Amino acid sequence: MLWLMKPETVPEKIFVMFLAIALFALVMGIVLAVVDRPRLPKWVPVVGYLGPAVLLITFGLLWPGLLTIKQSFFDHQNIQFVGLDNYVRIFTDTLFLTVLRNTFFWVLIVPIGATVLGLIYAVLVDRTPFEKLAKTLIFLPMAISMVGASIIWKFMYEYKPEGVNQIGLINQIVVMFGGEPQQFLLAPPQNTFMLIIVMIWIQAGFAMTVLSAAIKAIPDEIIEAAKVDGATGMRLFWWVTIPSVRPAIIVVLTTIAMGTLKAFDIVYTMTGGQFDTSVIANEFYTQSFTQDQPNIGAALAVLLFIIVTPIIVYNVRQMRISEGER
Amino acid sequence: MSHDTPRKLTRKEQRDVDSKTRLASPAASLIAVLIAIFWTVPTAGLLITSFRPQADIRRSGWWTVFVDPAFTLDNYGEALQANNMLNSFVNSFIITIPAVIIPIILALLAAYAFAWIDFKGRSILFAAVFALQVIPIQVTLIPLLTQYVQWGLAGTYWTVWLSHTIFGLPLAIFLMHNFMKEIPASLIEAARVDGAGHVRVFFQVLMPLLVPAIASFGIFQFLWVWNDLLVSLTFASTEYSPMTKVIAGLSGSFGSKWYLLSAGAFISMLVPMIVFLSLQRYFVRGLLAGGVKG
Repeated sequence: MLWLMKPETVPEKIFVMFLAIALFALVMGIVLAVVDRPRLPKWVPVVGYLGPAVLLITFGLLWPGLLTIKQSFFDHQNIQFVGLDNYVRIFTDTLFLTVLRNTFFWVLIVPIGATVLGLIYAVLVDRTPFEKLAKTLIFLPMAISMVGASIIWKFMYEYKPEGVNQIGLINQIVVMFGGEPQQFLLAPPQNTFMLIIVMIWIQAGFAMTVLSAAIKAIPDEIIEAAKVDGATGMRLFWWVTIPSVRPAIIVVLTTIAMGTLKAFDIVYTMTGGQFDTSVIANEFYTQSFTQDQPNIGAALAVLLFIIVTPIIVYNVRQMRISEGER
Repeated sequence: MSHDTPRKLTRKEQRDVDSKTRLASPAASLIAVLIAIFWTVPTAGLLITSFRPQADIRRSGWWTVFVDPAFTLDNYGEALQANNMLNSFVNSFIITIPAVIIPIILALLAAYAFAWIDFKGRSILFAAVFALQVIPIQVTLIPLLTQYVQWGLAGTYWTVWLSHTIFGLPLAIFLMHNFMKEIPASLIEAARVDGAGHVRVFFQVLMPLLVPAIASFGIFQFLWVWNDLLVSLTFASTEYSPMTKVIAGLSGSFGSKWYLLSAGAFISMLVPMIVFLSLQRYFVRGLLAGGVKG
């Protein structure tokens, strides 16, 4: 039975994978067969259909969430109650203050940057002959992993000392214009902004897609009326397009803000959180798994949860409005 | 110009005519092209690099290939042998396939109950499941890991599958429910009058209509799991690690081994790119239906 837990060869691994799927199918099949018999009380099918999902969510999201909240009020061994000490440390220690500051920059700049670029691009390529290709180019970074995007950009920022051929494009451009090559990822606070660029690069495609759909949904009559009134170009954009897609813009801003808060991959891959580049999502990992301070990690995770919640509530409200208008 | 356009033109044609005037502005075209370049060049640079001989990568920038072309496949060969990359490529598939199939089925069943079985507390329970999307997975990791260790399952595929399934469920249920609600109630009523039970209604009436919805969420979950780093860092042992984790590790330890990193990164990116480009239509549909996960 051991190899079911620890398969070693590739065929064993593939077999275990199919076994897992088959096992799952079998269990679900039995559940459905049992609850589908006629003349059972009405709650039986409800339990059969909903039960597995609700059980898993309770076990894997709800319960651990509560445990983490509890842990955030205890010491690192989870024995001694320490009240708000962990939170106080986060808001007083210079290390964590830097983390909070960086997170603030991320969550402020990424949504705005990605939305502005996505909106401009969506308007510019709207109904041009090459619209589909143009959109795919911007969209593609969404398909690749943040790890992949981080590698791509780390190479863009690559540094070689002065006098040697540069292999990173950005330093090559700097040198071409007579500047000195720079270690973009080492010097705070600029390195945080270098990482932020990567996140904007990933998220702009999402903004563009949603906003493009919103722009296409603007009724012709509105645009016609504006044109009759003499609005063209920039004025049409400012006074007609933007107000018309406002709910969609807010949905995009808030969605990207949530994604940005939770994203940890870029920082982990590009700097490992060193050189003052850490953000909450990354510091959570460092404290929990490498610094052996799960209490601080728990407090950081809860903090993340507290920051994300109002954004989501607002996002859902706007989504409703936006859907009503569509 | 738009007033004297004949009424016969459809909406779309009318707008096509209008838009021509807009892009005529050279400044606008220039900005669009600049953005497109900024979004393409970084990827192209690393892709070209992955095909250059090792010594060249260290000595000169990838842009020099346009004057002095030299290409090789050696990097890919070495990357697959080095650091268990091939093994992790297999792991990526083994982790991803069940972690996409299982939540889809669970979510379909749950969404069916939420949409088409009337029971007490339905809307409250649905709201609760929806609200649980708020929970950042960071909040759950340590207690889950502790639990897995107690079960003696820590580090195996089983915990990685289970975790991805759980994390995908709230969004999956929400999306499937939205799509399922759009199916006309009369179809389901008619089947029930004919004496069909839940299972028959589900498989014979609903499933065929839900293929686009399943495709939408399937792509999300596929990209999410394939591209995930945090879950595999936390739960997968080295032997069962996917490509993302191995590449992130390489980035830290061999920052300058670009021949390995570039080739490895593209091996890992190839699969999601293929999935994405071939199923883009469904992806966009899901995105517009509110399917975004942080």
